[in-house]
Formats: sequence, structure tokens, C-alpha cells
Amino acid sequence: MPHETAARSSADLIPVPAKIPVKITVNGVERELSVAPWTTLLDVLRDRLDLTGTKKGCDHGQCGACTVLVDGRRVNSCLTLAVMKDGAQVTTVEGLANDGALHPVQQAFIDHDAFQCGYCTPGQICSAVGLIAEGKAHSADEIRELMSGNLCRCGAYPNIVAAIAQAMGRS
Amino acid sequence: MTAYIGTPTSRIDGRAKVTGQAKYAADYNTERLAYGAVVTSTIAKGRIKRIDTASAKGVQGVLDVLTHEKRPPMADKDEAWKDDVAPEKGSPFRPLYDDKIRFNHQPIALVLADEWETALFAATLLHVEYEEQPHVTDLHAQRAKAFLVEPEKSRGDAARAFAASAVRHEAEYFIPTEHHNPMELFASTVIWEGGGKLTVHDKTQGVQNVQRYLCNVFNKPSDDLRVLDPFMGGGFGAGLRPQYECVLAVLGALALQRSVRLVLTRAQMYALGHRPATIERLALGAKSDGTLNAITHEAIAVTSQFEDFSRNDTGWPGLLYKSANTKFGHKLARLDVSTPSDMRAPGAATGVYALESAMDELAVALQLDPVELRLRCYSERDQNENLPYTSKQLRECYRQGAEAFGWSKRNPQPRSMRDGAELVGWGMASGVWEALQMPTAARIVLTANGHAEVSCAASDIGTGTYTIVAQVAADSLGLPIENISVKLGDSTLPRAPVEGGSWMAASASHAVVAAADEVRQELLTSAKAMNDSPLADAKLEDVVLAKGKLVSSKDSSRAVSIADAMRHGGADRIVKEKTNEFDDDPSHARNTHSAIFAEVKVDEELGIIRVTRVINAVAAGRILNTKTAGSQIMGGVVWGIGMALHEETVYDHNFGRIMNANIAEYHVPVNADVHDIKVIFVDEPDETVNPLGIKGVGEIGIVGVAAAIANAVYHATGKRVRNLPITLDKLM
Repeated sequence: MPHETAARSSADLIPVPAKIPVKITVNGVERELSVAPWTTLLDVLRDRLDLTGTKKGCDHGQCGACTVLVDGRRVNSCLTLAVMKDGAQVTTVEGLANDGALHPVQQAFIDHDAFQCGYCTPGQICSAVGLIAEGKAHSADEIRELMSGNLCRCGAYPNIVAAIAQAMGRS
Repeated sequence: MTAYIGTPTSRIDGRAKVTGQAKYAADYNTERLAYGAVVTSTIAKGRIKRIDTASAKGVQGVLDVLTHEKRPPMADKDEAWKDDVAPEKGSPFRPLYDDKIRFNHQPIALVLADEWETALFAATLLHVEYEEQPHVTDLHAQRAKAFLVEPEKSRGDAARAFAASAVRHEAEYFIPTEHHNPMELFASTVIWEGGGKLTVHDKTQGVQNVQRYLCNVFNKPSDDLRVLDPFMGGGFGAGLRPQYECVLAVLGALALQRSVRLVLTRAQMYALGHRPATIERLALGAKSDGTLNAITHEAIAVTSQFEDFSRNDTGWPGLLYKSANTKFGHKLARLDVSTPSDMRAPGAATGVYALESAMDELAVALQLDPVELRLRCYSERDQNENLPYTSKQLRECYRQGAEAFGWSKRNPQPRSMRDGAELVGWGMASGVWEALQMPTAARIVLTANGHAEVSCAASDIGTGTYTIVAQVAADSLGLPIENISVKLGDSTLPRAPVEGGSWMAASASHAVVAAADEVRQELLTSAKAMNDSPLADAKLEDVVLAKGKLVSSKDSSRAVSIADAMRHGGADRIVKEKTNEFDDDPSHARNTHSAIFAEVKVDEELGIIRVTRVINAVAAGRILNTKTAGSQIMGGVVWGIGMALHEETVYDHNFGRIMNANIAEYHVPVNADVHDIKVIFVDEPDETVNPLGIKGVGEIGIVGVAAAIANAVYHATGKRVRNLPITLDKLM
């Protein structure tokens, strides 16, 4: 089937937003990109940088599967436009292990079977790393409350709490 | 052969999942990938008069817009659209097939563009005119028109026995529509390989089911289309049947002659399968000693206008409780919605919720402890078929569960227990599911360096299939688990059924054992041919594989290493593929059982309910991996919490449209909703169900949980809520 748009003259076309240059450091590597203002950080990571570890579960900031660390803070990358993060430092799940050695939170998730299907896991782990850095959780109840932005439909929550407690050195 | 079977082995795919390396259907990037966006109907019933696609096509970067009027050809016979799991009766839904609208949010167009945002934007520019027809989406409005679908397996005269019973309980219970909401969005990435060949990365619980379906729908030879899904971000039944994203993604690829990715939105997933809303009526008649003499269980469940989806809601009392008189009846009511689908313990999650709520009410009427009532009614046989069980350690579930929970300290009086400002309630229920097994094949490739690759088309949807297959292979081949690699989720691998019904553990394990037996046979043949072979006179049944050697089980000093046997046989690898074999033994019932004990705390002024403690004691034969199986049961309990307190798909019946088609307003349990959950596996040796004694654990974890919680809420508050979910407004 031929592309009908090819037959049109470009003047007739409804334009899409022009792309803007941005520099984002992802997992320690500076990336120079040209992105449209309507493109989310999540889609840049997944579609442009082939960092598909970060997952899309709702695209509406409801599920937390897309959680990454931006300048050390955990954010929903689906609600973050990439152009707003010019100059930012982004860490994704691919950037947590150090020379093949798992981050303590990653290891704790394996030890405690804190996942089943694994789809929410990158977001849970980034969120947990952010949570530990925040230093606000001091009990299992506080971990539960402060991790409630990350849904897990497999229902691994008690194991997620145990894993985070282990990584915090509170097991 | 049990170095690994039965141990809490960590998932062998764990590292891939915690590092982001595990690839799901939408994670495959490729050159010249086009992106799709679906447009869905805004009416529930009628036909499309006109779709104006001009504006959408006029957007810079849009490649094409497909509709029922303009798309590549698809099959026109129902047979082609019937997948392995399709209901027997009916005509499966065909996306973009014709102008007819059968349910709200039905896909009506596919916009294809060179970037995802462009496709999404252009999808908002379609102008659609409909010719509307009156719709019905309310089960209660349609119940009088419900029709009977399953023959009633009645015994005795339940109505007469009920009327004559000393103590009676009769009530209706209601479970609303629920949606699976796996975390992964349904998605397909179709790779255009050239030469007519397509590789489809699809979110599915059955790659071979999708492969056959797509070949039928697009009239493609089997070799031209391969389906893969080595990692699936949650299924729960939603991915048993092929969903429309795979059809539309292939349509797009065929139209553009290039690779296409289509990811559905969360809202669009509400037009896929769902747990059907169900009305359940129970009438229980008992003697004053607490034995049952009449059970009536009737259900009315939703189906679509075009397929008869039906699961067994009402047979479960015949498995759990002795009664001379029973009457069961299952009806369907047609609504203008998509066809319901299997959702974790289909039929049992709903039917046993109603049954176990009714049993609790009967216990109250009898002034009997709920556990004691169940023990007095305990059935040693499947009374529906009048068969003994291969095993049934349900008594032990009650005993161990009650003891771990501290049930003996329960004050039976409602509203009698408190913790500060909160009312405390303790409730319990039983669970039951089937122990199924299906024909499944596995291939083992053993290399002389003592490494084995095991492959099977089965999916691991988070259940732990990779890990248990590795455990069984390691034990069967006598190798360390680090020497086993497992390949799953590829339609070109040995045949497997869809991953569902809790049958995969038994099915895949016995396929691996069967293939390993063949490997052992070939190694023995080679070993026997060696000069002065220590196994010269050994028979197959007398040798085992252990620690990299073929060893006589009679004399462990007589052994030949795998490497030596293979070298002598002149083989650098042994390849064996075998299908499991099961006796189709009709003389026994095969079931798993459980007892659930739940504690709730209810804020007396606000009605807020917290499930503070759950103990689920499960008898499910041999547990292959206590870690991953424990997670399965724990997840089932979390689902039970959602079913009892949170989950409900809410329709606006005026528009026949779901109002909470997102994962914020459709409430699923979050971390803060889930507290202390303890799983107990009751020892249940079973040599009858299958050689390894495996029964499966995927479904049993949810069954009965909602009833235990509802019963606890009654015990806490004195208020019996019979329509789920039990939200705080229903307690005020």
C-alpha cells in the first residue's frame, strides 16, 4: 500500500513541533539529543537511547513503573518532558550496577524474591534507591507508605519491604 | 534426585530482571520502526457511518491510517479467529473488520507514524460518525434474560431438603466486573524480516497460540511467522487469548511493509478481557448438629453478545462439603461488552467467595465456630463425580492455619474485639482449585562439558517457570544448576500449552524429566559399550545421573562420567526432545486446597478497613520451589485483598462506558494496603496425581481470600456486606 502522505505537498501538512537540542547525562554518559517538546523523558530513554529497562505501565504517573533518578531524586519519567531536563543527571536501572556488581538494592530484590513478572521492578528499585537517599523511612510502615507510588500487580509488596529493609541495613 | 527440587532457589532470571536486561514485548528497537496508535469507539453499540481520516493523514510524519474500510485482508471465517482458548460457542471479535460496534472502547482505527507522539496526536484528529443502537451493560437489568449454560449436576432434592432443614441460610452475593491490570501494557513489536517473514514480539501467555492464530488470520504459512515473549509483565489470564494489539500490529506491518510497534494505553486495556460481574445465590440447609443436607448454588455471570464465556462457579461446594442434596446452576447474561476472560482462579475466586461467605453466615446461625462447621461438613470425596482425591490435606490446612493464627483466642461475638479505636475482626475461609496437567514437550541439549540447555515454548509470566525448569533439569541430569540454561517463550521451541490454570509446573517438569530419561538412556548405551565398562550389565532403571556422572544406584562405585560416555559414543552433544506422558486416570479427583485466616482492623468512625494479617495454609502436593511458590501464594492473597476491598470496574450504564478505565481510579492494592502475610505449605505427598506429585500454585492463593476478609469484616463490625468490594461507605 503506498504512503498517501507522500503525495501531498509539505505545505499542506499539519506540522509537528520542531525539535530542540538538549544535553542529558544518562548513567554517567552525556547525550546530545534533539527532541520535540512533547516527548517524555521515558520515551527518550526507551526509544531514542535504547534503555528499555525503564518501563511504561500507564503513561499517566499512576503506576511508578517508569521511575528513574533525576539529579538523585526519584521521578516518574512519563510525566517528565525531556526538554525540561536539559543538563540533568539521570540514573536508570541500567546504571545502578557497578562494573557488574549489583547494587545492594538489586541484590536484596533477588534475595527476597521481591518481584515475579519483573515489569515494575526497575521502577521499584530506582524508587527504593531514591527512598534510601531521602532518609525518611525508619520503619516497615514508613517504607510501605513511601513506596506506595510503585504498583506491583504480582503482589510482591511484603518481599519488596523486606528487600528494602535489608538494603537499608535494617533487616 | 532432589538437590534443587523443593528448595528456595532464587530465580535464575532474577539478575536480568533487576538490571533491566529482561526484554518485554515493547522493548525491541529496530531500524525504521513505525509506531501505531489505536482509536477506539465512543459508543457501546451500533455502527460506524463514516470515519474521516483526512486530518490525521495530513499530519507531518503520519504514514497511514487503517480502518475497516482500508486495511490489508484478514480471514473471513470464524474458525480462523478461534484461538486455543476461545469459547466453544460464538464468533470471536475481529478488530477493524467491519463497521459494527459491539462494545465501548472497541478499536476502530490504527494510526501509523514515524514517531510515537505523532501517531498519538494524529489519533485525536479522526472524525467518526456513528449510528447508535440501544445498549445494555448492567447485569442486574439483564438477569431475567439469563440463560442456563451448564447441565445441573443435581443430587437428591435440594429444595425440599432445604425447606425441611432445622437451620437455613439463603442469600445473594455480588462480585463486580474486575480487570487484570497487569503492569505491562499490551504491546506487539512486529519485525519486518523481508521475504514475507515476520517476527512478532507479543505480550502473551502462549506464544504458540498467538502464532497459530496470526497465521490463520493472515493466511500465512507457519514458517513465515514466529512469535516470541521470553518475558511477560504479568498476565493473570489477560494474555491467554491473543489480544487485538497483535492483529493490528501485523496489519500495520503489512500495510507499511516495515516494522511496527503498537502499545495499547492503559485505558484501551479495559476493552480486553475481564472477570465477569457475577450474581451468586446460595441456599444452605443444615441439621442442628452442623451437618449439611441441602446446598443450592446458582450463578448468573456476564458474557458478551458474541461469545459464550463460561467458567465453573457453582461446582465447588460438591468438592468441599458433604451433602445428600445439591442443586447447581450456571447462567449467562448477554451485555454489550467485550467477552470476559479467565482471570486468576476463574469461577473459583467468585464462586468460593460466595460459598465461603454463606458458610460463615451458616456458622453464625448455628452458633458454631466457622472452622468446626467446615470440619463437620468435610468431604473425603469429590461428590460431584463421586471420586476419591489423589490427596487432600485440607484438615491439616485448617489445623496449621488456625494454630499459626491463634484462632483459638477468637471471641465469636461480633464487635467484641478491639485495638484502641479500631474494631478487630477475625475471619476464615476454605479454598479449592484444580490440579491440572497438559501435554508439553521439552528439549534438552547436553554438551560434553556438562552444560545442558533446556527449551520449551512455555511462558514464564512471573510464575517462576525458568527457575523450576532449571531445578528439575539439574536434578534429573545430576548437574549443578549453574550448568543449566533455559529457553522459553518462543513459538519455534517444543510445544507447550498457554501458561494458565496452574498447570505449567506439573506439565513442564514432567516434560523435562521425560527428556532427561532419554538422555540417560543414550549415555548408558554409550557407557555400556566402553571397554571394561563398570556399567556393562546395568539396566536403565538402575542408573541415575549425579554429580556429572552416570552412577549405578545399587553400587555407587560403579560410575562413568558424562564426558567419558559422550566421548566414547563419539558425540559432543546429545539432543533429546520428549513430550510428557500422563495417565489419564479417571478414578481420582485432583485438587489443591487451602485454609485462609484473616485479621482486619476497622476504624469505627470512618469505616476504613485494614487487612493487618493473613495466613494462607496451602496443600498443593510437592512444592518445587518454596521461594517462588510462596510468592505465588502471597500474590494471590494480595489479589484477594483487592477483590475484597478495592477492585471494581465502574460503568456509566447511560453511555455503556467504563468510568474508571485507569490504574488510579480502578483501585489495586498498593504497598501500604498490604501488611503481614504468611504462607504455610502443608506437607502433601501424592504419588497418584503425577510421578513428581506436583499440583500447581498459581490460582489457589486467591481462592477464599476475599471471603476470609469479608467474614473478618463482619466479625469486626457486625455488618454483613454481600456486594464486593467492601468499601467504607457500605459500612457506614
